[in-house]
Amino acid sequence: MKYMSEYRDPVLAKQFLEEIKTTVTQPWSIMEVCGGQTHSLVKNGIIEMLPDEVTMIHGPGCPVCVTPLNLIDKAVYLATEKGVILCSFGDMLRVPGSQKSLLEAKAEGADVRVLYSPLEAVKIAEDNPDKEVVFFAVGFETTAPANALSVVHAHIRGVKNYSILASHVLVPPAIKAVIDDEESKIDGFLAAGHVCTIMGNAEYHPISEKFEVPIVVTGFEPLDVLQGILMVLRQLEQKKAEVENQYARIVREEGNPDAQKVIHEVFEVKNQMWRGIGEIPESGYAVREEFAAFDAAKKFSVNIAEAPEHPDCISGQIMKGIKKPFECAQFGKTCKPTNPLGAPMVSSEGACAAYYHFSGMVEQA
Amino acid sequence: MCLAIPGKIKSIDLQYNGLVRMAKVSFGGITKEASLEMLPDANVGDYVLVHVGVAISKLNEEEAQRTFKYLEEIGELGELEDVDEYLPNSEKKAS
Ligand code: SF4
Repeated sequence: MKYMSEYRDPVLAKQFLEEIKTTVTQPWSIMEVCGGQTHSLVKNGIIEMLPDEVTMIHGPGCPVCVTPLNLIDKAVYLATEKGVILCSFGDMLRVPGSQKSLLEAKAEGADVRVLYSPLEAVKIAEDNPDKEVVFFAVGFETTAPANALSVVHAHIRGVKNYSILASHVLVPPAIKAVIDDEESKIDGFLAAGHVCTIMGNAEYHPISEKFEVPIVVTGFEPLDVLQGILMVLRQLEQKKAEVENQYARIVREEGNPDAQKVIHEVFEVKNQMWRGIGEIPESGYAVREEFAAFDAAKKFSVNIAEAPEHPDCISGQIMKGIKKPFECAQFGKTCKPTNPLGAPMVSSEGACAAYYHFSGMVEQA
Repeated sequence: MCLAIPGKIKSIDLQYNGLVRMAKVSFGGITKEASLEMLPDANVGDYVLVHVGVAISKLNEEEAQRTFKYLEEIGELGELEDVDEYLPNSEKKAS
C-alpha cells in the first residue's frame, strides 16, 4: 500500500479496498470510460492495489485520442495553407497528423493558438476582422455546451469570421460499440461523471438493461473511482445490472437541461469516426444547417485524403481494451510523450501517456 | 482537457443586450470569465464547476474546496494559467 498515505482519506480508501476484496469471488473486467479516471487509477496505484480478480480496462475516454487523423490534417491545412488563426485546447497541438502536428505547424510560423475556452476564440475573431478564426472543437458531451455556445455568441455578436471545426464524440454509443466488439469482454462500466453532469443518466438505462451490464456513473478522484469499482462489483456478484450514481453530489439524474438545450440548438447527432476504432453510428455532433455559416467544414472546402495511421501504433486495440499500453512494442521506446506515434501517448488522459508517466511499467516494457 | 474546476462567482455581468450572462469566477487566486448561461439561477457567492469557460453545475463550498485542492495536488490547474505561451517544455508537471 505504498500510495495509501497520499489519499485524502486513507481510512476510507482502505475500507473500500477491503470491501472490494471481500466482495469479489471470481474474475471480472471493468472498463472506466473517462480518461480522468484512467489517470487517477494509474497515478494513485489503484490498479496494483486491486485484487487479481479485478481487471481494469481503459476505455476510449479521451477526446484528444479519438479525434480522426484526417481532421488533424485538415486543421493543419487550414492553419498553414489558408492562413486562418487556428485555436484549440492545449492537448490537441501535439497530436501527430499524417505530415505534422499543429505544434509543428506553429513552429513553422502558422498562427496556432492555445485557448482555455472556445468563447475566447470569438473575441479573437472580433479583434481580427480581416482574418478567419477557426476553433478546433473537440470533446465529449462535457465540452459540447461550450463549443455550441461559442457559435451562439458569434451569432449574437454578428461575428462572421468565426467557425468551428467540430470533432465531438459521445459516450453512450461508444459503450455500445465496445460491448458489441467480439474481442472485448467487459462485465461492467464506470461511466464518466462530468459527461453525465451535462447529459444526465437517462441514456444509460437502456444500455444497462439490454446488455445486462452494470453501469456506475463515477467521479474522477481516487476515492470516487474506488467506490465506483466497488459498486460495479457488488452488482456483478449479485447478478444485477443497473445504472447507479456514485457521483450524486454533482450529477443529477436529468443532467443540466439548459446545457442540453444549447447543444441541440447548434448540433445534430451524426455518425462519427473515432481514431483507432472506426466509425460508430450516431456517436458525434455535426453543426446544424441553420448555423452552417459557422461550420468550418462547410466554410472551407478542404479535401484531404485519408492517411493511414502509423503502422506500428496499436492505439485501436488499446482504446478498445484489448491490449495494455506496455504490450505495444513501441511503448516507451520509439513512442514517448515527447515524440508520440499515436494519440493515446499525447494527452495525460490517454492510456499510453498515463502508463508512461506513472505506473513504473516503463521498465517492464 | 475534460476537467471541470470549481470556483466562486465574484460578479455577474449581462452583455449584448442581456443575451449573454457572464461571471467573474475566482479559482484560488486566479479570476477568469465564465458563462453562466447553463446555470440561470447561479448568483454571486455561489460555487460553480467551470469547464472550458462555461459553468456547468453548482456545488457546495466544502465540495468545491475539496475538489480544488485535489486538482491542485495532481497539478491539473495549469490550464487556468495563461496558455497562449504554449510550448512543449512548459507542460503541466503531472502530465
Ligand atoms: S505506445 Fe504509442 S505506438 Fe503504442 S499504442 Fe500507444 S500511442 Fe500507439
